[in-house]
Amino acid sequence: MEKMTRVSTVLGSASVGGKTMFCHLDAPANAISVCRDAAQVVVAGRNIFKIYALEEEGFTERLNLRVGRKPSLNFSCADVMWHQVDENLLATAATNGAVVTWNLGRPCRNKQEQLFTEHKRTVNKVCFHPTEVHMLLSGSQDGFMKCFDLRKKESVSTFSGQSESVRDVQFSMKDYFTFAASFENGNVQLWDIRRPDRYERMFTAHTGPVFCCDWHPDDRGWLATGGRDKMVKVWDMSTNRAKEVYCVQTIASVARVKWRPERKHHLATCSMMVDHNIYVWDVRRPYIPFATFEEHKDVTTGIVWRHQHDPQVLLSGSKDSTLYQHAFKDASRPVDRANPEGLCFGLLGDLAFAAKESLVAGGAEAGRKPGYPGGDRRYPIFFFKKPDVTEQFAQVASVLSVFEALGGGGGGVCGIGGGVAGGVAAGSRMDWFVETARLYLLSGKPFAELCDHNAKVAKQLNRPQVSTTWTMLRIMFSEPAHLSSSANHNMGKLGTLPLLNSFNMKDLSSGLNERNKESRQDNIHSLETNINNNDVDNEETEGSEGQAEYVFGDAELDDDDLYSMEHDNQTEEPEYTLPQEAFPLRHEIMEQPSAPEPPEKAESPHVSGSEAESACLTPSESVSLISVSQLLFPPHLPPAFFGPVVKEMLAHYAEQGDVQMAVSVLIVLGERIRKEIDDLTQEHWYTSYIDLLQRFELWNVSNEVIKLSTCAAIGCLNQTSTTLHINCSNCKRPMNNRGWICDRCHQCASVCAVCHHVVRGLFVWCQGCGHGGHLEHMRSWLRDNTHCPTGCGHLCEYT
Amino acid sequence: MRHATAATETMENNPLSVTDFFKICTHCERLTKKDMGVRIPRPLGNGPSRFIPEKEILQVSKVDDRMESIFEDAFATLGRVDNISMVMGFHPQYLESFLRTQHYLLQMDGPLSLHYRHYIGIMAAARHQCSYLVNLHVNDFLQVGGDPKWLKGLDMAPRKVQMLGELNKILAHRPWLLTKGHIENLLKAEEHSWSLAELIHAVVLLTHYHSLASFTFGCGISPEIHSDGGHTFRPPSLSGYCVCDIANGNGVAEEMDGNHRATEMGGEVEVLMERMKQLQECRDEEEASQEEMATRFEREKTESMLVATAEDEDSVPSRDVSRHFEDPSYGYKDFSRRGEHVPTFRVQDYSWEDHGYSLVNRLYPDVGQLLDEKFQMAYNLTYNTMAMHQGVDTSMLRRAIWNYIHCMFGIRYDDYDYGEINELLDRSFKVYIKTMVCCPEKTTRRMYESFWRQFQHSEKVHVNLLLMEARMQAELLYALRAITRYMT
Repeated sequence: MEKMTRVSTVLGSASVGGKTMFCHLDAPANAISVCRDAAQVVVAGRNIFKIYALEEEGFTERLNLRVGRKPSLNFSCADVMWHQVDENLLATAATNGAVVTWNLGRPCRNKQEQLFTEHKRTVNKVCFHPTEVHMLLSGSQDGFMKCFDLRKKESVSTFSGQSESVRDVQFSMKDYFTFAASFENGNVQLWDIRRPDRYERMFTAHTGPVFCCDWHPDDRGWLATGGRDKMVKVWDMSTNRAKEVYCVQTIASVARVKWRPERKHHLATCSMMVDHNIYVWDVRRPYIPFATFEEHKDVTTGIVWRHQHDPQVLLSGSKDSTLYQHAFKDASRPVDRANPEGLCFGLLGDLAFAAKESLVAGGAEAGRKPGYPGGDRRYPIFFFKKPDVTEQFAQVASVLSVFEALGGGGGGVCGIGGGVAGGVAAGSRMDWFVETARLYLLSGKPFAELCDHNAKVAKQLNRPQVSTTWTMLRIMFSEPAHLSSSANHNMGKLGTLPLLNSFNMKDLSSGLNERNKESRQDNIHSLETNINNNDVDNEETEGSEGQAEYVFGDAELDDDDLYSMEHDNQTEEPEYTLPQEAFPLRHEIMEQPSAPEPPEKAESPHVSGSEAESACLTPSESVSLISVSQLLFPPHLPPAFFGPVVKEMLAHYAEQGDVQMAVSVLIVLGERIRKEIDDLTQEHWYTSYIDLLQRFELWNVSNEVIKLSTCAAIGCLNQTSTTLHINCSNCKRPMNNRGWICDRCHQCASVCAVCHHVVRGLFVWCQGCGHGGHLEHMRSWLRDNTHCPTGCGHLCEYT
Repeated sequence: MRHATAATETMENNPLSVTDFFKICTHCERLTKKDMGVRIPRPLGNGPSRFIPEKEILQVSKVDDRMESIFEDAFATLGRVDNISMVMGFHPQYLESFLRTQHYLLQMDGPLSLHYRHYIGIMAAARHQCSYLVNLHVNDFLQVGGDPKWLKGLDMAPRKVQMLGELNKILAHRPWLLTKGHIENLLKAEEHSWSLAELIHAVVLLTHYHSLASFTFGCGISPEIHSDGGHTFRPPSLSGYCVCDIANGNGVAEEMDGNHRATEMGGEVEVLMERMKQLQECRDEEEASQEEMATRFEREKTESMLVATAEDEDSVPSRDVSRHFEDPSYGYKDFSRRGEHVPTFRVQDYSWEDHGYSLVNRLYPDVGQLLDEKFQMAYNLTYNTMAMHQGVDTSMLRRAIWNYIHCMFGIRYDDYDYGEINELLDRSFKVYIKTMVCCPEKTTRRMYESFWRQFQHSEKVHVNLLLMEARMQAELLYALRAITRYMT
């Protein structure tokens, strides 16, 4: 407050509330600077060096400093700075390497006071010390920074940047002795003015030249830098290592950056090429400028806030030979015109769509089907940002819908988040596993057909990623000739596969029905996301009824700005999490949502128990898949070429919990891949899968897998526990050698009750009376009788 | 049977020079001739360059791992290691950057289709009648599926390419005349119009090949063995001269250089070094007035016009190279005779680092970066040697050469004292630079021999790289400035 009152007194009545105005200069400007009382501005360029007074109605030329008949190159200014303490003192940097100071108090026309010609190349920047009257710093193309004492004829100290051109030098606002220098090779150095021998600290801020830097006027640790790489970065220098705290991506290389007075997070930038606008950014909202000034017709070369405590008025000079005063109230606010809508395809064929809440809600209202229960259903407000007083940004709420790719069924809707990793049947979670196990073909057909078949199965089960994987495997490992034909007739061929006819749709139907029902609904579903456990499993969380507050991490989120969301969801709706590509989670979520824990953990088939690990739909995975498809161009790469990729893919699946996929592929590919994966891993997968299969009582499949496995350890699973110990029916002692004659009583142990011969093969007997015989004999006997053939009178039962 | 195949695949430790691989023993030759009726071509000229003795260029045994991998990469991408690469092999760091850029421009993703790129390369090289590059790219052009009809002349190419002819002509000879009007003509021609991105690509290609043509002539690159002029079926003649050498007055030099070097031009290097030292020292003492500086620039600029290229007889464009450009009479010399004035371009107002880079990278991603690296590589390349002297800071000399070339194009550095140029570059060197940059096709072996006699060939190639990059940057600056003006 105190500061503000001081401002108003300093500003006086004349300059408060400046309006947008401009004047023509005779020549392009390179730099501008204002004097301390904000009443005058100096414009410098190759062919111009003038002082203008800022008045209520416009600029008036006060003084032309460019005197003499044939002005020398010393007037050709690359930069200019008005001293912030002494109103009569100016310094310019000339393109020929001269540093010139000007004293407006001189009585004659030529105001030039001192001339330093110590630099060998163009001087890019001059900077007065903010408080010290006689101290001037310059930075030059020749790689040196020089500090001048204006009372002396030459520099007092020289700082070497190791022959790397200096683009900007800035005294720190708060630390008396510190200055920052930015370099053409992307480095920024901090120097202590007392120690010319070595910089205090150096870090690489940008790739390519750093054109500008600016210390934060209030926060002593913050330094903003702008570079040719189109970035503005804000560094926190208060710690040991310079830490990048904010980064703003602009559309063109950044020529100047200036913090906005009185606004902690605002800064103004202009670009060096192509883009003529001046942007004011809120560094916390780096995607869209807070305000834009669009008056200039050519690149803006100099920007300066008119008064160091007045955030409303900005001055700018440009190559289009105009000098502008911009009033903040006239700035255009891009955020008002921005369409907060986005559309993006996910790796798995999902489609995410985000839009302004009002927009989507309106459409949803109109499109809602009559008769749908819960007419008062509340559509979610996903992003509800707490209004921040310091941040004068338009508050926007938006809605994100994710459409999941459904084979042929049209866009199914899954609410926010979206099914990841092949969202499968909503009903019983493990249905897909059972179905897949039953329907996959692992052997008995040519490789390509197996792949096609399995791809088809996966597709039917709504697991597009798995399906695509199969298709890719076929492409990778098939012979080129085969490839083209099978690829072309992919669909037709599949339709004729005999197994498809026996495809049991029944198990699927429940899940699919549910889906379809939902797809008929309008496309907004509530968000049921549980960021907390971060699982990207497609599995449903049951019973997340009632109101629950969920918290999202968002890329542009401040630590204390949390998006909260309320929703009111229905039981049967599947739960999804946000795909990571849509909302990268940058940091830990602060609050824990009160949602129920998803119950799937116990039965989850994951090999790796960690949920967090399974959540990694790793970008590397997507990359590897994509790169494979590109590499296919030369159509006859040796299959061995794909080995590492496939290996990685299998490991990924296993990691994700889908050991089924890993094993199936392993079997189908057989020799093609086996050598790539070490035996222990293979065995591990096999045992996990077999264990699962047996748990689901899929004995046949499990046996098939065992049989097809090439691991010695797995193969012998079928060989164990195959012995059956029997006792002699006469002496009740165990029989050792042969199954049919007892060593002790020398009697034939198992005699057929029908033919009274020894049975040496299949022996079948009634568990009630213990009598039995040859299978065939017993069968024919029992066709006509119900009693035991021995005549024991037992009513035998065979199943 | 290509040059490159032999060179790369037989990297062994014999100190064999490259052409040895083509010398088939007489017995086999007789056999093949007799039995199969095959005519064995014989490489013309010796080695990749006509100016530099072959044994200097690339001794297979001296090739280190780094060079080997660079050559292998080059061979893998282009299917050849051309003579240009062999000569540039003196400076492996640069060669790497050069090949990467060229590969990106010709092979990688870009706005222009492949055959367009090669055709533009042909156009640009043909502007300087550089049959070497034309031949090279005619092959490539056909290989990527270009229409052979286009090769009959620019008239047969699509209208769109024809329109580029004007830009090509101006860029090659008088880039300062380029205005935004030219750009507008290209961009606003209804169905034949260029997109900005395509135009940038084309401009980069044009400038690349203009300057590469300079290098080709400047180093006397010999034709590839498989292209016209690269081989002969005639038995070796006794004289040992090849026809073109005679035409260019190249045959004389061989025996005289050895003796004359040491005696006549004895202290050349020392004199140069002494001057550099003096300049370094006295620079701070007396500061020339600004007017003086301006005059020095103007003087250097006008003088550079008058450094007449000695052999000024109109040479007939060799074979049918001239088909690819219109108006063959338009050249640098016309203008210098008429004494036109070159307007001054202030580099502080439009520099490559600040402005050019941003524009190129914006419209043709990554190329700005590649070119930037290449320019920097060429500008900063040094081994701190001068002829036989070690540990010399050559930055002053390099800067003088760079700025002299830019000066010829009217580009002025405010912070440079053009008086230095006069001190450091003697007349024969200026003649060479001037010829190479402005009408490279007139470069002769005599010129190459006559400057910097005591310097090594690798240093002369280094100079050539500097010239080539400086020229490319100068042309680019003018073209990009015109485009920027059009855009604003």
